[in-house]
Amino acid sequence: MGNETLYVPTMAEMMASGKTPDVLFWVGCAGSFDDRAKKITKAFVKLLNKANVDFAVLGTEESCTGDPAKRAGNEFLFQMQAMTNIEVLNAYEVKKIVTTCPHCFNTLKNEYPSLGGNYKVMHHTQFLKTLLEEGKLKIEGGSFKGKKITFHDPCYLGRANGVYEAPRELIKKLEAELIEMKRCKQNGLCCGAGGAQMFKEAEKGDKEINIERTEEALETKPDIIAAGCPFCNTMITDGVKAKEKESSVKVLDIAELITNAQDL
Amino acid sequence: MDHLLDNIVFAIILFAGIGFFSVNVKKLIRNIKLGKSVDRSDNSSARWKNMALIALGQQKMVKKPIAGFLHILVYAGFIIINIEVLEIIVDGLFNTHRAFSFLGGLYNFLIGSFEILALLVIVAVVIFWIRRNIIRLQRFWKPEMKGWPKSDGNIILYFEMVLMTLFLTMNAADFAIQHGNFAENHHYITAGAYPVSGPISALFSNLGYSTLVIIERTCWWLHIAGILVFLNYLYYSKHLHILLAFPNTYFANLNPKGQFTNVESVTNEVKLMMDPNADPFAAPEETESDEMPEKFGASDVTDLNWVQLLNAYTCTECGRCTSECPANQTGKKLSPRKIMMDTRDRLEEVGKNIDANKGTFKEDGKQLLNDYITKEELWACTSCNACVEACPVNIDPLSIITEMRRYLVMEESAAPVELNNMMTNIENNGAPWPYNQMDRLNWKDEA
Ligand code: SF4
Ligand code: SF4
Repeated sequence: MGNETLYVPTMAEMMASGKTPDVLFWVGCAGSFDDRAKKITKAFVKLLNKANVDFAVLGTEESCTGDPAKRAGNEFLFQMQAMTNIEVLNAYEVKKIVTTCPHCFNTLKNEYPSLGGNYKVMHHTQFLKTLLEEGKLKIEGGSFKGKKITFHDPCYLGRANGVYEAPRELIKKLEAELIEMKRCKQNGLCCGAGGAQMFKEAEKGDKEINIERTEEALETKPDIIAAGCPFCNTMITDGVKAKEKESSVKVLDIAELITNAQDL
Repeated sequence: MDHLLDNIVFAIILFAGIGFFSVNVKKLIRNIKLGKSVDRSDNSSARWKNMALIALGQQKMVKKPIAGFLHILVYAGFIIINIEVLEIIVDGLFNTHRAFSFLGGLYNFLIGSFEILALLVIVAVVIFWIRRNIIRLQRFWKPEMKGWPKSDGNIILYFEMVLMTLFLTMNAADFAIQHGNFAENHHYITAGAYPVSGPISALFSNLGYSTLVIIERTCWWLHIAGILVFLNYLYYSKHLHILLAFPNTYFANLNPKGQFTNVESVTNEVKLMMDPNADPFAAPEETESDEMPEKFGASDVTDLNWVQLLNAYTCTECGRCTSECPANQTGKKLSPRKIMMDTRDRLEEVGKNIDANKGTFKEDGKQLLNDYITKEELWACTSCNACVEACPVNIDPLSIITEMRRYLVMEESAAPVELNNMMTNIENNGAPWPYNQMDRLNWKDEA
């Protein structure tokens, strides 16, 4: 599985050769810098390559969407980030964006339009689902056939934007057994990272939120806890470690599930 | 002549009750209007639909099936039985008895169903009381539910029990008179069906006509007086939701829950900062010169918008938000219900201050932030929207938390240190961590 095989053009390169890609892959800060999240980024790129999607990334021209600043209450910083990004995106005449981070997804989709950034924004699970429907990508059960998988709804994908089915449909395509946690979909419990909590210690309490959520996930006796957000992934991975279950339960992003199933 | 006196007393009680209530309604509307403007005039068809489904149809109540079902009983029962109040008012003002009995079969049907509903309401209310006081459901025993909020919850239940009992006792006495063949009876006509009070009236079988009349009249008077007292109790109680649930669901946010507002004044400033043609030394526009610069975020209720204030008055303190809140579940101080209760308490305080000072607010050295809601609560929120999703009347506690965080960060630079670090990183290198923006694509070539 050499990374040489990854084909990741940038918007600047595309522009230089007079091309406009169909879709921009917004990698996000976690996807660019966090070691765990980078694996998700690469898994998704593999799928994009496999399906021959005409895409590009902004590369060094990408900057934080401003989401954590906005949730923390720093509207100035958020809008500075947003407007800078919008200038770049509009200069490249971007029409469609796909991202593996629900926080980027939410901000780009809902909060950029009134600042002048109007794009069709998709979460990677939605995007993969359309690739599947268009026949550009095939998903086979492979190594996950019959495995028990539970899906943790990211707040900013689920409750915040009503996307519940796309990730589940992909899991079902793996011929795995999808088991729901006690609290799922609209009632899903947060992993504890949202609202800029990722970047600070939690306030005083009697438990960490990610432990609470991980325990709930483990109650379903899963082989895999599937996630759709790099931050949820970190929180639950930490939870699984704290519960000393990392040898029997894996935490994987939907994109990773699909690549692993096919040994990409 | 004594009938005339009855009618006059009745009219006085009725108009005093309604009059006092309308004074409080005016105050309520004035207080809500202390909030900032926010436009919720769009998409009226979706708004009517929300109101029909969520307020009238109780769509979100039944997410908790037991409480939801019992609540529908009480709600439907209470509203439908109050049709009876119309008849009581007509009877009271014009000295008639059972003025609607001319409806014949329909009247029997109505009175019969009112009785069954009244019984069901009593049963439901008793179960509610047991859940609160014997089973002690956790969400009714959180710290913010001590004192008045706890009594309020029970008082409402007692009110409903008493009103329904009065209604049934009144009918039982009436039934006993109707079937008692009393020679002196010229007033109590035979009308109505009494599936519940009929059997109860067996208790009255030994009583004479005049005693029965006294029972019937006493219950009748207490019933209507009780309803008027209850009406006026609403303003002081979480029970206001029976009225405000309707406007509240109508005016609720229709955007995706993840979409936070973009503060317009910030947009203008940021645009100016980023505009290469703008003259940084230009004097601010004339028109703005003597206005106070706008405050960012909210430190007091008057910084919130009117929908958020309407939310606060609508909150019925059910605690569904708090019991879904991840922060609260893991022992943090944050409770979205408390955010709403604090907002209402502070708003009431501001309103009273305005009343006491001839219509203007006199600085009282207090505000919503710190005096009611602490920073610790505000920083515990994960912005997960579980509270918003859970609220059966579409209240949005998260929007208040966000406004208050905005105040803390933009006016007081009072974010926790780690968040300040995160923000400095974004400012300097375009990521919440200290990585160089030029390294953003390195993952591509890493093994
Ligand atoms: S949005 Fe904040 S207050 Fe509401 S449930 Fe989530 S953590 Fe609690
Ligand atoms: S905000 Fe809504 S859910 Fe929370 S206590 Fe009030 S009415 Fe209940």
